[in-house]
Amino acid sequence: MKIFIIAIPLLVVGGLLAYALQGAHFAILDPKGIIADKERGLLIFTTLLSLVVVVPVFVMLFVIVWRYRATNTKAIYSPEWDGSRFFETLWWGIPCLIILVLAIVTWTSSHQLDPTRSLTSTHPPLKIQVVALQWKWLFLYPDQQVASVNTVEFPINTPIEFDITADAPMNSFWIPSLGGQIYAMPGMTTKLHLMADTSGTYAGSSANLSGTGFSGMRFSAIATSASDYANWLIRAHSSSQVLTSSSYTALAVPSADVAVRLYRLGEPTLYDTIVMKYMMPSTATSSTDTKAVNSDMDMDTNMNMNMPGM
Amino acid sequence: MFGKLTISAFVHDPITNVAILGTIIIGIVGIILLIRFKKLSWLWKNWLTSLDPKKIGVMYIAIATFMLLRGLADVLLIRTQQALSSGASHGIINADTFQQVFSAHGTMMIFFVAMGFLFGILNLIVPPQIGSRDVAFPFLNSVSFWLFAGGALLVNLSLAVGEFSAAGWLAYPPLSELSYSPGVGVDYWIWSLQIAGVGSLLSGINFLVTIIKLRAPGMTPMKMPIFIWSVLGSMSLVVFAFPILTATLSMLALDRTLGMHFFTAEAGGNAMMYVNLIWAWGHPEVYILILPAFGIFSEIVSVFSGKRLFGYKSMVWALGAITFLSFTVWLHHFFTMGAGADVNSFFGIMTMIIAIPTGVKIFNWLFTMYRGRVRLTTPMLWFLGFVVTFTLGGVAGVLMSVPAIDYQVHNSLFLVAHFHTMIIGGVLFGIFAGFTYWFPKFTGFTLNERIGRWAFWVWLFGFLLAFIPLYILGLMGATRRLDHYDASLGWQGLFIVAGIGATLICIGVALQILQVIVSIVQRKQHLVLDGDPWNGRTLEWSTVSPPPSYTFAVIPIVTDRDDFWVSKHQSIPDQVPRHYRAIAVPKNTSAGIVIAGFATLIGFAVIWQIIWLIPVALLGLIISCIIRLSHDAEEEIISAVDVERQELTARRQRDLV
Repeated sequence: MKIFIIAIPLLVVGGLLAYALQGAHFAILDPKGIIADKERGLLIFTTLLSLVVVVPVFVMLFVIVWRYRATNTKAIYSPEWDGSRFFETLWWGIPCLIILVLAIVTWTSSHQLDPTRSLTSTHPPLKIQVVALQWKWLFLYPDQQVASVNTVEFPINTPIEFDITADAPMNSFWIPSLGGQIYAMPGMTTKLHLMADTSGTYAGSSANLSGTGFSGMRFSAIATSASDYANWLIRAHSSSQVLTSSSYTALAVPSADVAVRLYRLGEPTLYDTIVMKYMMPSTATSSTDTKAVNSDMDMDTNMNMNMPGM
Repeated sequence: MFGKLTISAFVHDPITNVAILGTIIIGIVGIILLIRFKKLSWLWKNWLTSLDPKKIGVMYIAIATFMLLRGLADVLLIRTQQALSSGASHGIINADTFQQVFSAHGTMMIFFVAMGFLFGILNLIVPPQIGSRDVAFPFLNSVSFWLFAGGALLVNLSLAVGEFSAAGWLAYPPLSELSYSPGVGVDYWIWSLQIAGVGSLLSGINFLVTIIKLRAPGMTPMKMPIFIWSVLGSMSLVVFAFPILTATLSMLALDRTLGMHFFTAEAGGNAMMYVNLIWAWGHPEVYILILPAFGIFSEIVSVFSGKRLFGYKSMVWALGAITFLSFTVWLHHFFTMGAGADVNSFFGIMTMIIAIPTGVKIFNWLFTMYRGRVRLTTPMLWFLGFVVTFTLGGVAGVLMSVPAIDYQVHNSLFLVAHFHTMIIGGVLFGIFAGFTYWFPKFTGFTLNERIGRWAFWVWLFGFLLAFIPLYILGLMGATRRLDHYDASLGWQGLFIVAGIGATLICIGVALQILQVIVSIVQRKQHLVLDGDPWNGRTLEWSTVSPPPSYTFAVIPIVTDRDDFWVSKHQSIPDQVPRHYRAIAVPKNTSAGIVIAGFATLIGFAVIWQIIWLIPVALLGLIISCIIRLSHDAEEEIISAVDVERQELTARRQRDLV
């Protein structure tokens, strides 16, 4: 009888989950790029390593509670026994060893998978600049002289160097199928290196709350063959819209659920202008003196933030 | 005249209106009932103005319970919205309201529910467990409580007057700056936390001093109950962490109200500084909450296994290690902000090191039960539920402490599921266990076991259903705080399951409330006349239950870690003192209410920029402090005869058992 009390709810939990999971896609566990693949490997390794402690804990928990339940008067009862050097050394020691292993893995993986680290490939890298706006993503291709909104396209097996900033509240740039996220912050650049190894359209999202239009601020990351990518560039080049400082100002006005747009990039240094805007004495805040701005720049440089134009 | 406060502040959408109307009606009915049964002056004299930590503790718990219900109402809104708002449907509330709701949910659950229950239990348990009649500074204790209540009032007021912050529970700038959040919402957030936060800091100092100075003679540090050690660690963290919160909130307030640029995007401000500062408070805060929960579980496992706590010294060292380490890991909340690999790995490794002392504690609890006589009462069920959920949540935590993994799950629902597992499975389960365990101490009767068990099982399954889907959604790439998502992502089923889980949790809470009501009604059947229903081990069980206002007629002398257990087993005959002495207890005072009232008024005036009210309220605050501090006779004396009479009555009652 008691078995049913526990088994039935467990079956209900399992059944509901199984039903809800029909056709589910685990973006993080189904990587389409080298970074996401390595990150998944780490996730699985760390989980298994943790199980070395977790499984014994669960087994011991249920065995001990059952064996030493109050009604089982046959079990040994030693109310004054309050310590054992042997056991305590054991459970200070074993976790220490596990954490030592994990610490080494953490150190090497943090360096190996450092988002600022360039990826190697036979193909030359592609530079894409990303600007988080209210509430859309702007992608600038300074070398190809094109730009796009809420869609980013690139060839597979090509290292992509993302330079990321925001002209809006802080955000986070994330393409789960290709690899981890990095914050997008106004007035500074963060870097992210990703590479896709399979063609496809992958969901990209804003992971950090940025205001009312936040939920609709999604983009598609399209990894294609070199020829499809070339075609896409031609389409963008033939776009009637040109992105310059003035059309950018119009684009930066807050708007939600924005459709995909392609631009010709009129000003190759537009990205630098957007980043440096926050570094200049603002016209809106007359009280600013240049000294404060300078010291701020020093601080950012110290934090290894890449500051274009410096 | 009223600054930014205009009639439009009172205009809301229908759902909010219903909530406001409900609150007002409940309030009016409550006041009418109090007047009808002539209980208003009883409430004022016996409770609101009392300096007795036992009364203050109960009031903390009452407010925390109210805020828990409000936080749960927010959960239902969040879950309903996310279950419905997929594809063409946009759910029941708009994005702005949704963001206010989850910001309020996080703020209330941490600052007013978890902290409220925590300080409630501390007030009730710390003094009797160290053999003291009171805390070190009884009046300060009352001020702390009323500041906490003032903060809670402001959060609730934001529902009806104006709006709440929509910038998340930690209000990262520049989103929380004036340029992106021009309304009063963030100001409500700042000032309710500022006022409650000062209260928490004062409480932290108070309990720290209480533990250091007011222990019964003989209670050397290594004879302190482990709960007291956990509180000592937690309160040291309060003393070091809360000033950071106060300073950070002040800087944000200066940015918003006086046009400064600490954290703005432009003019030399730096939002990264805010993120560092808020987590330099925020991470210790997590341990402020969890350490006392560890302490509660340690007491409960030992008592219900009828056995000494295993590895006491290990436990103390583990607590100390966690206390220290909790200040060295804050950066793991933002590995994704772009610090270099060296910095990230340092903080990642420091974080995973915390898993070692935490693991030690779990093994020690297991071995406390080993060779014990384990009674599976409700507090023990909460403990077992805690071990299972906390261990799984801990694995998720270790995963996220590896920066490269964190990049993939940060800001996703995986993260949300992780910290809910820790805060609910750790802190809240601990509070429930402690509440059930110590309830008879302060009421004289135990809680209904049958309903308690039901509440536990419903809670546990609700918990699994509510959070397993969130872990899965996180692995599918679902980010947190979405008020709408694309139907093609295939997330809706899991959000619906999570919604069912949240509903079950609400039923669990309803059962807990029912449990308390039924237990009060049937209290005659569950009386604990001998004052020791669980065969307790520590000093608080050595007095009668409920304890008299002075708690101990004679201050006990401690000889052992489990002093009460040892004295029971050595069967020393109850030593009736030859003569009792008069006892001084602090007099009631309304000064705490007045001071905190002025502080809350200052907050309200700054929020709405009612310029003339700020100096007026500030002056009121200063004057009421001066008046209080000029008082001489702050104590009243319970005469020796009175003490003797009360003690003899209690003793006779105990002998009847």
